[in-house]
Amino acid sequence: MAVGPGLAPARLQDCKRDWIRGFDSMADQALDGAAPRPLLSLRNVNMTFGGVKALKNVSFEVLPGEVHCLAGENGSGKSTLIKVITGVYKPEAGAVIDYDGQSYSHMSPVTAQASGIQVIWQDLALFPEMTVAENIAFQTVIGRWPRLVNYAEMRRVAINALQRLGVTFDVDLALHHFPIAQRQIVAIARALVGEAKLVFMDEPTASLTQSETDYLLDIVRNLSASGVAVVFVSHRLAEVLEISSRVTVLRDGALVGVYPTKGLTQSRITELMTGKTFDYSVLHRDLSRSPVMLEVKGLSRPGEFDDVSLTVRRGETLGISGLLGAGRTELALTLFGMRKPKSGSVVLDGRPVRFGSNRDAIAAGVAYLSEDRLSLGLIQPQAIADNMVIASLDKILSGGFISSDRKRSLVNRWIRDLGVRIGKQDDAISTLSGGNQQRVAIAKWLATDPKLLILDAPTVGVDVGARAGIFDIVSKLADSGLAIILISDEVPEVYFNADRVLHMAQGRIVGEFTPGATTPQAIEEAVYA
Amino acid sequence: MRRFVRSHATELALLAVIAVICVFLSFATDRFFTLGNAFDLLNTSSVNIIFAVGLLVVLIAGGIDISFAVAASVVQYLTATVLGWIGGGNWIVGFIIAGVLGVALGCINALLIHGFRIISIVATISTFNIFFGLLMFFTGGVSIYNLPDWLTTRVVLFEREMADGTWAEITLPVLIMAICVFATWALITRTTTGRQLYAFGDNPEGARRFGINIGAMQFIAFGWLGLMAGIAGLVQAHYAQEVVPNALYGRELDVLAAVVLGGARLGGGKGSVLGCILGVLLVSITQNGLNLMGVSPFAFKMIVGAIILAAITLSNTSIERLLPFLKSRRVPS
Ligand SMILES: Nc1ncnc2c1ncn2[C@@H]1O[C@H](COP(=O)(O)OP(=O)(O)OP(=O)(O)O)[C@@H](O)[C@H]1O
Ligand SMILES: [Mg+2]
Repeated sequence: MAVGPGLAPARLQDCKRDWIRGFDSMADQALDGAAPRPLLSLRNVNMTFGGVKALKNVSFEVLPGEVHCLAGENGSGKSTLIKVITGVYKPEAGAVIDYDGQSYSHMSPVTAQASGIQVIWQDLALFPEMTVAENIAFQTVIGRWPRLVNYAEMRRVAINALQRLGVTFDVDLALHHFPIAQRQIVAIARALVGEAKLVFMDEPTASLTQSETDYLLDIVRNLSASGVAVVFVSHRLAEVLEISSRVTVLRDGALVGVYPTKGLTQSRITELMTGKTFDYSVLHRDLSRSPVMLEVKGLSRPGEFDDVSLTVRRGETLGISGLLGAGRTELALTLFGMRKPKSGSVVLDGRPVRFGSNRDAIAAGVAYLSEDRLSLGLIQPQAIADNMVIASLDKILSGGFISSDRKRSLVNRWIRDLGVRIGKQDDAISTLSGGNQQRVAIAKWLATDPKLLILDAPTVGVDVGARAGIFDIVSKLADSGLAIILISDEVPEVYFNADRVLHMAQGRIVGEFTPGATTPQAIEEAVYA
Repeated sequence: MRRFVRSHATELALLAVIAVICVFLSFATDRFFTLGNAFDLLNTSSVNIIFAVGLLVVLIAGGIDISFAVAASVVQYLTATVLGWIGGGNWIVGFIIAGVLGVALGCINALLIHGFRIISIVATISTFNIFFGLLMFFTGGVSIYNLPDWLTTRVVLFEREMADGTWAEITLPVLIMAICVFATWALITRTTTGRQLYAFGDNPEGARRFGINIGAMQFIAFGWLGLMAGIAGLVQAHYAQEVVPNALYGRELDVLAAVVLGGARLGGGKGSVLGCILGVLLVSITQNGLNLMGVSPFAFKMIVGAIILAAITLSNTSIERLLPFLKSRRVPS
């Protein structure tokens, strides 16, 4: 019996084969027929929120069975476009939505679903208190007239959808028991229920590891082969190039163009998205004489990590790479005082420390940017400015009270440095695009002036331009004497932004690399072996 | 088993607390552990349980209602008046009038919340004051004693003579309560509408993206509470054999505390009918026990408050922490 949340990757291969076979037969039917008419064609779409023009006269087209990527910086309007197509938002008058032979001036979520449009939302839009089964099969309780609920049918549908993904879950457990990566998989499974013709995937890989991502990309290929069109949004441009046949690029809510993927490169897409070019190189900092900031010896927590020893010097960025379940996040949480180690010692800035809680850790100068920051790190209905200063209130006090001038200047500084795109400081966080929310969460911790900064997957869902911006800041922070631990699932990210890279597997440190002396491929081979 | 414990932690915690209190009271008093007293408890808790299951639906849908108890008073008064006009009526007519009036008052709340975008606590505090103000103004605080005979006649559904010569009886309110409980249970767990209510309370934005009709959800939730409040009002009039305008004033907080105690979450998406009933029973068993023990009524509220706190803490600290062997092995992620 599967108890609690847990993927069973060992079983992936078998199910995968069945799933592919199931689609081959359907694929044949999809292929005959002449030059394809677009499945979806959108013209004159305009959308304004308050004063912000989120979409400016956008047109967009999807062919049946194609994989079409939607690319653009944070806040460029990708999610908004998806919400217009699926009827969550009503576009301004004049818009034309042609879908599957019908013309609409706007959609409704019910029509969209009934006519075969499925969405994996960027914020997942799942129901945490409901069981996994009900989350996946929720469509079965939607409809004009009330009916009796068929729980057995729901379970069957859900188990079926999960089987297509080759994973086993306890479908009777409430969703809130599962970590973010598993919730993402539940959201994917939900979109596979029912007869889809068009599936939107808004950053579905943001919280997945490499192997899960590969698996998802296979599913996308199979959907496409069976005639289902997929619109794919991702900030990992390698994925975009690998999976799509065409790319539509948005910038500041306006259409830049539609390009066949053949012939595009990552740097070309980046250029189209931002209008700028970026180049990458390995760090070369001589830190041998820099004093040690963090020294960890023999740190263990049974079942999570074992005998971990590491040092980070002032000014150094230490990368930690590994697979999901390697114990990296658990290690980070322990260094941040949120879990207690069973044995081992931690010395921070020359002083042995033993944190009773994360408050002690923050006071001692440790900052931790969590994996799941969209739900844990930000208070959604509160203002951007308030979210940004919440961890560093002591810095903006004046005579015991919060000084609004100091608050404003602190917030302005981080908004500028991180390039956060906002309307007003006092707008609610929930009005920002996903990637911009991320930057606010990062700013919140940077504002505490930490000695040791632990970044756990800091660029999930952040566009290339902003990634460069964030790592620029990380590098400057390191130069100013901070010690930084960078945890990431993406090897190139640690390769180009860390001085040393540790490889963690099954709770142990099993390897160490120096980026200049090896290639990203070599590290990838070690990690994914 | 482990899963059952995890998903029913609140109900189990409440059951445990109730069991402990019952064992204690059985030894501390001679009357507590008798059939007659058990039936009495049911008879007296019926009205509150009907209110509670109604309120549960609103809490599940992410709202809150302060006005339902005074709404029930309004319904009582109007129903009694209308019954006077039409010259008597019967139980069926009574329920139809009370139900329709209750639903109408509930819909006023839904209209304020959905139509005018007023958050539910503010909207229902306003209607609480408006309903009560109007009621006191038009009645001048005068009670109605001459109710129709059918309404004031006790209906005994089951009785048995005890060894000491007293009669243990189950009366009509218990049957009505059972029907309301069953109907609410069926609504929220067996119908698609009920699941949509849960979804709406759990993640309103997620529900919207599914195309769930948000307005309909508010009207169904507050309409259902209105219906339950109307029925509870009539039952209370039957039980008390009179209509006193301020008889139910203040009942809303007792019921709200009991429902939250039963695991419903302020904020929506969570709560069960069983938890709700256990919550009400815990409070009434405590009150009943204190009564039998001869504790001063002034101490009641204090002790009930303390027990609510204790029970809530127990269900929040999660059974898993108190009984570590139930903890499933964690997969590191
Ligand atoms: N509900 C809303 N209220 C106000 N402004 C909004 C709302 N939704 C989106 N916006 C604004 O519209 C713009 C586009 O946002 P959108 O979420 O579509 O970006 P995106 O391309 O999906 O970005 P990301 O990659 O960060 O997810 C942003 O400037 C955002 O602040
Ligand atoms: Mg987005």
